[in-house]
Amino acid sequence: MEFGPHLLLAVLEGLVTASILSLTAMGLSLVFGVMRVVNVAHGEAFMLGAVLAWWVTGLVAGHPAVGFVLAALTAPLIVGALAAASDRLVLKRLNYDPDRTIVATIGLLYIAQQTTLMTFGPDARPVEPPFNQRIALPWLERTEEGWTWFYPWGLSITSYKLFVIAAAAAILVAIWLVITRTRAGLLMRATQQDSETAQAFGIPVGTVYSVVFGIGAALAALGAVLVVPIQQAHYLMGGEPLLLSFIVVIIGGLGSLPGTVIAALLIGLSDGIISVFFSPTLAKIIATLLVAMVLVFRPQGLLGKAQT
Amino acid sequence: MTDRLRTDLLHLGVIAALVVLFLTLPTYYAGNLSRIMVLAIYAIGYNLLFGYTGLLSLGHAMFFAAGMYGYGLTAQLAGVPALPAFALGILAGAALGLVVGALALRTAGVAFMIVTLMFAQAAYLTILHFGTYTRGDEGFVVPSEARIVFGIDLSGETERFAAALILFALVLLATGRLVRSRLGRTLVAIRENEERTRMLGYDATRLKLIAITLSGALSGLAGAAYALLFGYVGASFAAVPYSIFPLLWVLLGGAGTTIGPLIGVFFMFYLIDTASGITLAYLLIVGVALVLLTLFAPQGIAGLIKRRLPWLP
Repeated sequence: MEFGPHLLLAVLEGLVTASILSLTAMGLSLVFGVMRVVNVAHGEAFMLGAVLAWWVTGLVAGHPAVGFVLAALTAPLIVGALAAASDRLVLKRLNYDPDRTIVATIGLLYIAQQTTLMTFGPDARPVEPPFNQRIALPWLERTEEGWTWFYPWGLSITSYKLFVIAAAAAILVAIWLVITRTRAGLLMRATQQDSETAQAFGIPVGTVYSVVFGIGAALAALGAVLVVPIQQAHYLMGGEPLLLSFIVVIIGGLGSLPGTVIAALLIGLSDGIISVFFSPTLAKIIATLLVAMVLVFRPQGLLGKAQT
Repeated sequence: MTDRLRTDLLHLGVIAALVVLFLTLPTYYAGNLSRIMVLAIYAIGYNLLFGYTGLLSLGHAMFFAAGMYGYGLTAQLAGVPALPAFALGILAGAALGLVVGALALRTAGVAFMIVTLMFAQAAYLTILHFGTYTRGDEGFVVPSEARIVFGIDLSGETERFAAALILFALVLLATGRLVRSRLGRTLVAIRENEERTRMLGYDATRLKLIAITLSGALSGLAGAAYALLFGYVGASFAAVPYSIFPLLWVLLGGAGTTIGPLIGVFFMFYLIDTASGITLAYLLIVGVALVLLTLFAPQGIAGLIKRRLPWLP
């Protein structure tokens, strides 16, 4: 393959990564924005979503699409409920103190991960995609007869990957509408701006916190359900999405939702492109250091506004 | 009896108790004691920053690894003898502490935790990247010549225990003095109220930088000692769990107390030792312990004792 088609392939793969990442990071960003706490166990919500998707699809016989739809409906619900329960049982009792919340969510991380190891086991397990046609992509090139279309060998994408991109975009639009156009969104924004005043106006801040924590985890789980037909479910798979989501949320500006989406596209695409052309470990080292430097020298994020 | 005398007596008592334990316990447990003391040095280093200065780092494994690789790599690749290589390990921990501190101290709170976490992740990946020299996750065995100090081979059980005890005793007594010194008290003042400390004319940033450098040096010392005494260097010691462990030990034992780190390591060591005999998922214990500690005993075991004995350092 020549450079052009190769790049197109890298961009498409990057878009798939970016789609999943934007859902996961959106969950983390929402929780940080509204509750002002960092949820270190966020990656485990992703992992639980994938493992539950594997479990649910295994329960249903028949066409893989039936199991997939069922998984997409139930896995985020279960994970969200678990997260809301842990908010009630643990975080609420810590009064959302930032330091102690981080320590407690590290604990939750190990609990979720190790319980999965005990029940699901150490093996990676695949989930069958609901549909998976290979779509060859055309490429335009100048030949002796002028510009012609042709299909380079290896330049293709599956219909499922295209579906992932479309589904993620639809979910993000839905979140945007919920936050800006509904009463529930209004309550969230009010709590985000000033939780004490919101409380004084009769908003059940405690409930809002639990719901937001649940939604944040459910978004990660939904991302995982989408990714699990491409990438297998494994009990240690939560680490990478956690780190990448951190990076995205920091670059996008802590708590800024549009910033999060833009940063997810940036990171997802560059991750796809970088890993096609460079050594992945070196790319990760550079990326991690760069993000740490962003946090050191521009704590409000690349797109966030400085806090006064 | 003055508080200082009480403190020194307490520390000497702890050291004497360790010797008695070594002499009376069967060999298996005696071997564990050496490991516990080395890890307790690491915990003391972490406690200096977290317990006394109030800075929560999530990346201390990089300092431990700096000491471990500073000693191990110079011994392995350059054939440097044990003592200079060991000193290099401590120096590597201190230098990394200084550099990371200079950058990370520009942030505070949650951002400080994430920045340290990311630096540690970068350090871990760097070790993997230079796998030709570091042998990555697999690690390497320290050459036996580099484990001989003053003609004594430290791979023997008794020699190893003696070396670990000497190092631990030195570190414990030194930190006991340090936290009662002017510097130590100022660090506690920063933990309690940084603004006010600044107003009183202290250069808080410089003092925090000193704290993180000292903490890095102690963690590096622990890492180098681990490689020296147990003869193995591997990337798993630079990974995320080794950044979480010292936090857990210090929280469990009691943050901001001199004997808390030892207590924490002791308890957690045997808790994990027991659990890993039962199930593969022994880290579950770590998770449950962290949650329960933050919920019910944020001062840890020594913190609970300190309520009765307020003179406890």
